[in-house]
Amino acid sequence: MKDNIFIRYLPLVLLAILWEIAPRVHFVDPSELPPLSAVAAAWWSLLLDGDLWTNGISSLINWSFGLGSSIIIGIALGVMMAWSTTIDDIASPLVKALYPMPKSALIPVMILWLGLGAGSKIASIALSCLLPVIISAYNGARGVDQTLIWSARACGASNRNVLWEVILPGALPDILAGIRNAVAISFIVLVASELLVGQKGLGYLISFLGEGGVYDAMFAVVITVSALGFFADRAYLYFMRRTLVWRE
Amino acid sequence: MAGSGIVFGAVTHTYRPLRGRPVLALDGVSLEVKEREFVALLGPSGCGKSTLLYLLGGFLPIESGSITVNSKPVTQPGPDRGIVFQNYSLFPWKTVKQNVLYGLEKQRMPKAERERRAQELIELVHLKGFEDSYPSQLSGGMKQRVAIARTLAIDPETLLMDEPFGALDAQTRTLMHEELLAIMQRSPKTVVFVTHDVREAVYLADRVAVMTARPGRIKEIVDTRPASGSRANYLQAPEFTAKVDYLWNLVRDEAIRAQEDHG
Repeated sequence: MKDNIFIRYLPLVLLAILWEIAPRVHFVDPSELPPLSAVAAAWWSLLLDGDLWTNGISSLINWSFGLGSSIIIGIALGVMMAWSTTIDDIASPLVKALYPMPKSALIPVMILWLGLGAGSKIASIALSCLLPVIISAYNGARGVDQTLIWSARACGASNRNVLWEVILPGALPDILAGIRNAVAISFIVLVASELLVGQKGLGYLISFLGEGGVYDAMFAVVITVSALGFFADRAYLYFMRRTLVWRE
Repeated sequence: MAGSGIVFGAVTHTYRPLRGRPVLALDGVSLEVKEREFVALLGPSGCGKSTLLYLLGGFLPIESGSITVNSKPVTQPGPDRGIVFQNYSLFPWKTVKQNVLYGLEKQRMPKAERERRAQELIELVHLKGFEDSYPSQLSGGMKQRVAIARTLAIDPETLLMDEPFGALDAQTRTLMHEELLAIMQRSPKTVVFVTHDVREAVYLADRVAVMTARPGRIKEIVDTRPASGSRANYLQAPEFTAKVDYLWNLVRDEAIRAQEDHG
């Protein structure tokens, strides 16, 4: 077990060593890639002077409102499309038209409509994350076995009971998988929207530090964002497995 | 047409697929099932016997003809008609006990009473010790026992069974036959049982209604009760073999016709 963990993290350790040595021996230009120790020191001072916190919390708020609203709206829309052919006929051309669109292309439109504040960022995240949630909820709800619905009805369940007690739990495995995709997209759009404009957030911090030439600190924020994305996915995966214990 | 039991009156049903031409599935099916009678619907696949059961369950709209249960026309599903499907249809996210409790919760039975009732049913189908297992952890036979317990828990007057043992291996199926008969002896119900297995139909049912290949009609109704009144050694009795042979000859022609239709 111990060997296993060691081998698993060996590539990361090697990368860290390489990152430290390469700029020091001037294999790469240290002004373009500062040594890892300098990045770590910059990270520590960003943490101490509070820049990481204030911007991190600002990002976290936009991220949770954006992702949260996409999950709620996406599940509702996807399930309603599966439930009613009329809603499906109206909504599915829109969904299909939005599907191939590069999500970051929405950001300038949202800025035009909603301004430079938090609103445009939240809306960009929500719209980008909406599609994987809608599609997974739609497929999940349509995939619920007809005989499962009939069994519930024969037990005396109303249509509303069927929706909450059969369709939604039946669609849950698909919905949770769709939300995982949405989480990945949410980080991309969050940082992209903050890079573009704004005075707050981790993406803003990256562009501010980059423009000011403080590259060690810039790299420190880039690593922070990557780590947050990684741990968010890990935590989500853990939550998903816990929720779906009933499968095999 | 009044009276107790189930009355199918000239039921005709057309199956309309999203693409392709409509298919006449049932053509003027009339049949009476008396209270506490066990009737098997026997026929080749695609003869509409399951459709007839779904119409009785209230899951599909009745387009033409009528179905009444105790003189009341069927309009929607209800707890007076419990159903067991071939694919078990358990809620996979619920444990054995939660599955059995589902119908009792819908019937608003008080908590203490429904706990007691669920436990009683779980013991009836020999699943004591598996209360907290999920369906994915059970064998096919065990899953079907849970489904039967869930359906019997709310004590429906009529039990609809849609090839319930079709997915089980031969040994498990035989055991399930014996268990079903034992349960029916303890609390008799009206049963409509869909199958394409001739021996199963003869062994379990009081009467067997043989259906024709598509469109489904009733070809003949055969009394399959043992002369002695007991099924104890029925499987070995010459009358059992004679009835299986007789029914098999009726079904054979239809099975061949059904195959030609598919080809």
